[in-house]
Parts: sequence; C-alpha cells; structure tokens
Amino acid sequence: MWDYTDKVKDLFFNPKNTGVLEEANAVGEVGSISCGDALRLMLKVDPDTDVILDARFQTFGCGSAIASSSALTELIKGKTLDEALKITNQDIAEFLGGLPPEKMHCSVMGAEALHAAIANYRGEEWADDHEEGALVCKCFAIDSALIEKVARENHLSTVEEITFYTKAGGGCQSCHEQIEDILAAVNGSAPLPVVAAKPAAKAAPAPMTMVQKIQKISAVIDEMRPQFQMDGGNIELVDVDGDTVMVAMSGSCMNCQSSGITISGIQERLMLTLGRPVRVVPASMPQAVGV
Amino acid sequence: MSSAYMDNNATTRVDPRVLETILPYFSEYYGNPSSMHSFGGDVGKRLEEARASVQALLGVEHDSEIIFTSCGTESDNTAILSALAIQPSRREIITSVVEHPAILSLCDHLERHEGYKVHYIPVDRLGRISMEAYAAALSEQVAVVSMMYANNETGTIFPVETMARMAKEKGALFHTDAVQAVGKIALNMQESAIDMLSLSGHKLHAPKGIGALYVRRGTRYRPMLRGGHQERGRRAGTENTTGIIALGLAADMALEHMEYENTVVRALRDRLEAGILAQVPYAFANGDPEHRLPNTASISFEYIEGEAILMLLSRVGIAASSGSACTSGSLEPSHVLRAMDIPYTAAHGTIRFSLSRETTEAEVDLVIAQTPPIIEQLRRLSPYWGANGPILTDNAFAPVYA
Ligand SMILES: Cc1ncc(COP(=O)(O)O)c(C=O)c1O
Ligand code: FES
Repeated sequence: MWDYTDKVKDLFFNPKNTGVLEEANAVGEVGSISCGDALRLMLKVDPDTDVILDARFQTFGCGSAIASSSALTELIKGKTLDEALKITNQDIAEFLGGLPPEKMHCSVMGAEALHAAIANYRGEEWADDHEEGALVCKCFAIDSALIEKVARENHLSTVEEITFYTKAGGGCQSCHEQIEDILAAVNGSAPLPVVAAKPAAKAAPAPMTMVQKIQKISAVIDEMRPQFQMDGGNIELVDVDGDTVMVAMSGSCMNCQSSGITISGIQERLMLTLGRPVRVVPASMPQAVGV
Repeated sequence: MSSAYMDNNATTRVDPRVLETILPYFSEYYGNPSSMHSFGGDVGKRLEEARASVQALLGVEHDSEIIFTSCGTESDNTAILSALAIQPSRREIITSVVEHPAILSLCDHLERHEGYKVHYIPVDRLGRISMEAYAAALSEQVAVVSMMYANNETGTIFPVETMARMAKEKGALFHTDAVQAVGKIALNMQESAIDMLSLSGHKLHAPKGIGALYVRRGTRYRPMLRGGHQERGRRAGTENTTGIIALGLAADMALEHMEYENTVVRALRDRLEAGILAQVPYAFANGDPEHRLPNTASISFEYIEGEAILMLLSRVGIAASSGSACTSGSLEPSHVLRAMDIPYTAAHGTIRFSLSRETTEAEVDLVIAQTPPIIEQLRRLSPYWGANGPILTDNAFAPVYA
C-alpha cells in the first residue's frame, strides 16, 4: 500500500467538512468516474466581503483524493476568494505533509475544484487545461500526455531532450524505455535500440573519499541544473553530511510538481550515481516553490 | 484485534510444516547439491523427491518433464520464448486480453520490438473467452498459444483442454499459466493436450521465489538461462534447494487438500459473497459463476473507489486487494475488469477477496460484518450517491471534464 503520511491517513479516516452544503452559492465539480476520481466542492461565500464562510466536499476517489479534498476545505475556510485563489496544489500537498508522486494528481484536482467553484460564483467560464495520460516518470510525476505534447511541439527525438524539457527521465532512469517508446510513436519510427545512456558510474563501489563523493554529487547537481534553470529556478549544493545531502532550491517548478517530487528525483539520481542510499533534504529555502 | 487475510491470490502464508522442514537446509545441509562432499546432506535426493511431488500434483508421467524456476513469471517467459525459438518461421502468438502481466508485457514487447503478430482474444461480461475469436485466430502461422488456466482477479476458468486440442490441430504449441489453478483444480497432464504449464510456489503455501515449468516430453525446448548443467541444462543456475524442497512438500499438501479446497473453502467463499451481497445494494460478483476457482470472490461496489475501501478494511484488520487503479499508480482500473466491460462506475470499486485452506469461519464472519458499513460510509462521501441511492437524473453530478 502507499506510504501515506499520518496527516493523509487522519484526514481520510476522519474527513472534515463532508457532505452537501445546502446554502452553497459556489459549486465546483471536476474529475469523472472513469478517471477514478471526482470532486464536488461547495462553498458558502459572503456576498459583501467575499469571505468563504463554509466549505464542504463530496469525493469519489482513493484515500489521498479524499484527504486532499478535506485539506482543501480546511485551507480555504475563512479566506477571501482572492486569498483562496492563491492556494496551489502544492499548498494542499504540503498541508498533508506530502503525497506520493503518483498521487500528486489528487492535490491538483483539489486546486482545480477550487478554481471551478470560484469561477462558478463569479459567473465565469472555467476551462480545464487538464491533460492526463499514464504516469511515465514517477520521479518527477510526468505523464505520457505531457511528454508527447512537448516532444511533438519541440521536435524532440532523444530521451535527453525530453529530460531537458520536462525533467522526465532525470532521476532513476527507470522510465527511459517508456520515454523512448513515446518518442518512437511521435516520430513515427521504430524505437531506437536502447543505447547505453551514460555508463552510470557502475565501477566497483570502492570506498569513496569524502572529497570524491562531494565531487560526484556536485557533478550530478551541475548536470541537472539546466532543468531547473529552464523553469526559471536554480539548485545549489549546500552541504553533505554522511549520507545526507542538503540542497537549496529556488524558483518554480514546471507544472504541478512540488519541491518534494523534485527532491526525490535528485535523490534517485544521486543514488544511481553513488551506488548507495542517500537522503536529499532541502536546506532552508527562503521562499520555496510557488507556481 | 481479530483479523482476516483475504488476499491469498496475491500470496499465501508459508505452511508451518513447510517452514520447519526447510530450515535445516539453510543452516546445516547448506552444501551445493552438485558438490562431492557431504555438506549437501541428502539434498540431491530431496530435490528429486520434490520433483516427484510436483509431478504427482500435476499428474505428470516423467520426472524430467518438470523444470524448477524462480517464479511463475520466469516459467511464463521461458515457455513463450522457447516456443518461439524452436519455430522461427511461425511469427504469430495467441493469448487473451485478461492474462497476467507476466504474459501480457512479454507479448507486448515481442509485438513491438521483435515483429511478432499477437492475437489478443477478448472475453465477455463474465470473463469467458470468445471461442469464435480464438478459432478464427488459429492458423499455421501461430507458434504458441498462451491461455491462463484461471484468472487471478475473478477466478474465471478457461476451457484450456479444448483450446489446447484446437491448437494442436494447427501444429501450434499450447502453454497455460496455471499459477492460480494449481492446488485448486485437479490436474492430469498425462491425459492432457497442454504442452507447457507454469506454476508458482508462493500461491500454494511455499515461499516466494520458487516456481516450476512443466514441459511435455517430446516438446522441443530452448533454455532462457544458459550456464551450468542444473535441471539437465534447461534452467542453469544453482538450485534454490530450500525453495524446491518447500515446493515439494507444499505440492503434497495441496494434493491432500484438493477436496477440502473444493468443498469447505468453496462454501466459505460462497457464504462470504452471499453475506455481503445480501446487505449491500448496487454491488455484484464478477466472473463466471459456473466455472470459477473455489476460493475467489470479486465484488464490485458501485460509485466508490477501491483503494479507499481497502484502507478502511485494513483498519479493521481485513486484508484484500482491488482491481482499482489507485493502488497501482495508474489511472485506469484493472485491464481484466475493463476487458469484461464492467462499467467504470463499478470497476473502480472492485474488491477481490481470496481465501485459502487456512481461512476460518471467524474470518469470513468478520468480513461479512465489517464490509457493509464501510461501503455505506464511503457512499455517503460520494458525489454520485444521494440519500436513497445513486444519482442518475439529468442534473446529476456532471463535472467539467469527463
Ligand atoms: C495468473 C498469474 N500468473 C503469474 C503470476 C506471477 O507469479 P510470480 O509472482 O511467481 O512471478 C501470478 C502472480 O501474481 C499470477 O496470478
Ligand atoms: S521514473 Fe523517470 S527518472 Fe525515475
């Protein structure tokens, strides 16, 4: 089963603000039964102050979908609509103490329901720019639809380019075969034989000196930096303490990934390079992510 | 806290007698069966006894027809790759849409990277294979047919003997993934038209990491692993001695309990299924009621999602599994349920309860008592469920994207 945080479990087992809100004057509905999750968010908004007086939800979905819905209602109650609109899916994930990468879409659904509800209240049309395909890269939570789109629009043909544009494939590399298949489909060719990408530093894991280790870590981070810069962000190695690697990140991430996912991607990549378990932790982030 | 283990199709507990029997082969008789010294104790002899036990369980004539492998997946892969290797001019494969990934992923790979044509035979709403589509796909071009004996999600049993005879007429080899069937269905390979059969130890109270492949005498064969002379050179690699000895004993015990599985376990399963369905509206059982494993109950609960059900069941000590997407990280419900055309409203909320000879009355009672309130609780949260049942009217829940 998933490694859910206690907060997720708590909000799933004892969800807050469930059921129909009779006096709702703003309703947002997203998802569908075929996708496996759907959420109806109901708000009671004070027409004079725009303050959200009450919020309730009904959710069809897995444990984290129900917990995310519950978290969302907790986060927005008492806020004005404009304040509420600043809430991102990362805020929901953060409120829950993190979500497994495969489950980040649950927090995205929460944020979308909120936007839909506010649009409904304001009499606006809420357009969904949501695209969903099979999850391909678990390290960075990138699905096939996005990879396909980016590959098509930018005429990409190698896994490396895909990683550069989307981060997909930049972590543990276990999704490379799937990315190659998508590229082959997009480019209408037979998949290229799997080229031994980079000899992933498999050399006998002779005990590394601390200096060698730091050099390797910083080489990996240098290698991954362009991906962060693409999104207008950056990453720096701050410190290495035993098997704990501290990094500082700035700027925003592409799409809906939280810093948590990015970190797990870096972590996978470092483990692959170093051939040993390491833990990557964010060093004090002045202002973390925010899309 | 009382608990109920209802996930025996995923894996079973190692039988305590099996465990006790193999422990000395870790600590005292750890020698390599191929070595000349005596640290192997009687290991070589025990391996041959184990082979004879598996032989008896499957009703196999010659001991050389059993090859020990590392798991069901290895047996499946070996069988198909061998069949293709010995018939290079035949470029087609037939399988079903509801196979285990051990077959489906391999077929997908062979189709996309090795240029094979794969026929995926559909099933109906009860999970029954389309014999018309099968007959139409068979030809002299087909190298191998691989059809599972019984489905791991619904328990539906395929008419593999008939299908094997049909394959024979076209000169195609017939393999069956019998991982879920072995130990629950009496088998007699001596009178069968099946050429190859896969089984896995951990589904019948042996440990994980041991499997076997039956290959009918006279069937040409190519090994997947090449190396030492073990298993007559057909599966190189030092034998998993403890696993093999365990599988042998587990096979003996499975044979002894065959009757029990098909009477007592079946009755427990039927009681569990009926007990839940009597209390829960908008729920139904999946699979072919006429031809189904005695231990498997697949129940769809409409308008709610499986992972949420499993989490609440788990909290009251009940272990089951789901055909839902969310447990696997993909967004699609199980390929088996979709192939059966189970509507999305139900497929996402499908739970598999799988019993074994260790299942007790008390466990079944616990499940019957605990499941209905959990379903009710989740339905109260569901936007598709109103005060008196599902919301089906026009102004029902209609979200922005579908
Ligand atoms: C029908 C079927 N085939 C194959 C397998 C794979 O067996 P193993 O886990 O031994 O590789 C399973 C187990 O889940 C199964 O149910
Ligand atoms: S899954 Fe894509 S890099 Fe790890």
